[in-house]
Amino acid sequence: MQVVVLVKSIPDPSGEAKLGPDFLVIREGDGVLDPGDEYAVEAALTLAEASGGEVAVVSMGPANAASAIRRALAMGAHRATHISDEALRGADALATAKVLAAAVRRSPFDLVLAGVESTDGYTGTLPMTVAEMLGVPSATFARKVEVTAGVARVERQTEAGYDVVECALPALVTVTASAAEPRFPTLKGIMSARSKPLEQLALADLGLSPAEVAPTQRVVAVEATAEKGPGEVIQAGDDDAARIADLLAEAKVI
Amino acid sequence: MPIDPRDPLDVDRLLSDEQRQIRDLVREWVDANVLPGIEGWFERGEFPKEIAKELGALGLLGMHLSGYGCLGADAVSYGLACLELEAGDSGFRSFVSVQGSLSMFPIWKHGSEEQKKEWLPRMAAGEAIGCFGLTEPDFGSDPANMRTSARRDGSDWIVSGTKMWITNGGIADLAIVWAQTGEGIRGFLVPTDSPGFAANDIHRKLSLRASVTSELVLDDVRLPQEAVLPGVTGMKGTLSCLTEARFGIVWGALGAARACFECALEYSKTRVQWGKPIGAFQLTQRKLAAMSVELEKGLLLALHLGRLKDEGRLQPQQVSYGKLNNVREALKIAREARSILGASGITLEYPVIRHMNNLESVLTYEGTNEIHTLIVGEALTGLRAYE
Ligand SMILES: Cc1cc2nc3c(=O)[nH]c(=O)nc-3n(C[C@H](O)[C@H](O)[C@@H](O)COP(=O)(O)OP(=O)(O)OC[C@H]3O[C@@H](n4cnc5c(N)ncnc54)[C@H](O)[C@@H]3O)c2cc1C
Ligand SMILES: Cc1cc2nc3c(=O)[nH]c(=O)nc-3n(C[C@H](O)[C@H](O)[C@H](O)COP(=O)(O)OP(=O)(O)OC[C@H]3O[C@@H](n4cnc5c(N)ncnc54)[C@H](O)[C@@H]3O)c2cc1C
Repeated sequence: MQVVVLVKSIPDPSGEAKLGPDFLVIREGDGVLDPGDEYAVEAALTLAEASGGEVAVVSMGPANAASAIRRALAMGAHRATHISDEALRGADALATAKVLAAAVRRSPFDLVLAGVESTDGYTGTLPMTVAEMLGVPSATFARKVEVTAGVARVERQTEAGYDVVECALPALVTVTASAAEPRFPTLKGIMSARSKPLEQLALADLGLSPAEVAPTQRVVAVEATAEKGPGEVIQAGDDDAARIADLLAEAKVI
Repeated sequence: MPIDPRDPLDVDRLLSDEQRQIRDLVREWVDANVLPGIEGWFERGEFPKEIAKELGALGLLGMHLSGYGCLGADAVSYGLACLELEAGDSGFRSFVSVQGSLSMFPIWKHGSEEQKKEWLPRMAAGEAIGCFGLTEPDFGSDPANMRTSARRDGSDWIVSGTKMWITNGGIADLAIVWAQTGEGIRGFLVPTDSPGFAANDIHRKLSLRASVTSELVLDDVRLPQEAVLPGVTGMKGTLSCLTEARFGIVWGALGAARACFECALEYSKTRVQWGKPIGAFQLTQRKLAAMSVELEKGLLLALHLGRLKDEGRLQPQQVSYGKLNNVREALKIAREARSILGASGITLEYPVIRHMNNLESVLTYEGTNEIHTLIVGEALTGLRAYE
């Protein structure tokens, strides 16, 4: 079984995120593999191990996404594709989906796995858009994925518990952080990554033109959220209940 | 441009991508698996034996050896791993040194094919633990005069004697025991469940508390002919192992020193006296500057020795330069850091006094500071002063 995982490189969450003058996040220093995507990598490795298949990771991002890709390889993924192009700077969710779909389509696949939403952008829209473009069914919020006889069986997390969803392969599934804990990479994984295929692609390699990935949206302003003032403490007394009722009415709760 | 206090001389540049990744992964593992538990283990005087399998899964055990389930990493990567482990605690680095360099290495280097196949894969996985029995109660710096002996009985060997200060002794499945024979000193693979073998742990240590140190008693332990290491006779066998382990210490000691330095640097910026951070006083800055300079010099020395080792050119006397300098300076750095922390420096709340006490063992084992001085002296003059 050929499993593809969409993995995003995000700025180190322990650092401080900064916006540039164009309101885009400044991505300097090594990126890290989005911790949410590690669950998808884990699920992919488990499925591939059970079926004797292979795991390919696909990532779009600047040069510093390489460290995120290497981590997925060190965890055990077999090959990687890294798409990077000046024309993709500031790409929006739709453009990102077009690029990822085009990259996935280049080789045969049975299953595409992705995180539910990224830690830095968290639009949570990308995987379904990719599925649509690939023309495959998507099953979201999986806490468990199994494949038998060409059918993916997914435990889809809900507020009440989980639904069991099945769909025929090829399909796309998004994996939650309730799925199996990601394995810790190994030194062997790091050393064997050296000999694993790592494909570097530009936009033209995917048959896409800069016009096709030009952002349809642009961030025009970023405002800091208003700082919260100190809260009001209502002491027990004669008019306490009335004061609380007033506040609730003000907040249009009652 | 401001320099990075964590890498002021940009030594990082001298490493390959792969070496950096290996170092970063070990550091991440230590942060997640050693630092949260170490105060407790140190205080209670225990080594969490179950962690051996995790060290194996990560690939750290015998990582610089090749084949038989070993990783086959280069010497610099092995050194970096030792550094990061010891930044956690010297006990963990000691465990890995003894397993990889003192127990697996002699089998890998001097063992028979059967011995390698039987032991190395399990030891690399952390399923079997090894220890190295050289020192005796009456023979420390001078092990060549050891009393432990092995005599032939038909095709068997009978080994008797007492070994002392043996790291991992009480948790080991296999002891590499060095003994006098009619043909000179030889190494024996002694399964610790052999009749006549006993290990007694040494308690009340105030150093390397998160590490098992034991006495080994061999009372007429009967071993088959195949238990002897076939490839080597004489002290050069033990020296080959010690050179491997000392190489790891050259790097490891810097890990302990770095942890102390980083702790002291942070503390000096936040602790305020007379209305300013103590790091703003000239005397504190002199300490910090000296610590950082020695740390960086030590790192460059270690890296140089690592590169010589990777080229297959490293000589035992050159390793003595490294052990002599880096452990001595690491201990000085730890003591300076301790002083910067004032009273806080004497508690286990901070890692400094733990590292400082650990380094007292590191200064002594694998050849004391004095012995390495005399090895360098002999290398320079051609005159042997230690016997
Ligand atoms: C603060 C901020 C605001 C933004 N606002 C908008 C906006 O309003 N409109 C808009 O169109 N774009 C916006 N973007 C850009 C958009 O987030 C990214 O261009 C695009 O990558 C969508 O990613 P996501 O992180 O939201 O994906 P999500 O849909 O949240 O990601 C889900 C999964 O998709 C996969 N994935 C996501 N990105 C990649 C990638 N680059 N390579 C491989 N796999 C990937 C991962 O598996 C991930 O877990 C914004 C970005 C930021 C940081
Ligand atoms: C925590 C710990 C773990 C250890 N683990 C192991 C292990 O796993 N396996 C093992 O075999 N051993 C182990 N050792 C033993 C260690 O290698 C010895 O302690 C060391 O070799 C020194 O021997 P000694 O303690 O008998 O000191 P001694 O040799 O008695 O030395 C005492 C002092 O005299 C000095 N001295 C000795 N000879 C001379 C000389 N010729 N000139 C000048 N000064 C001299 C020494 O430098 C030292 O300062 C361990 C020790 C410790 C503390």
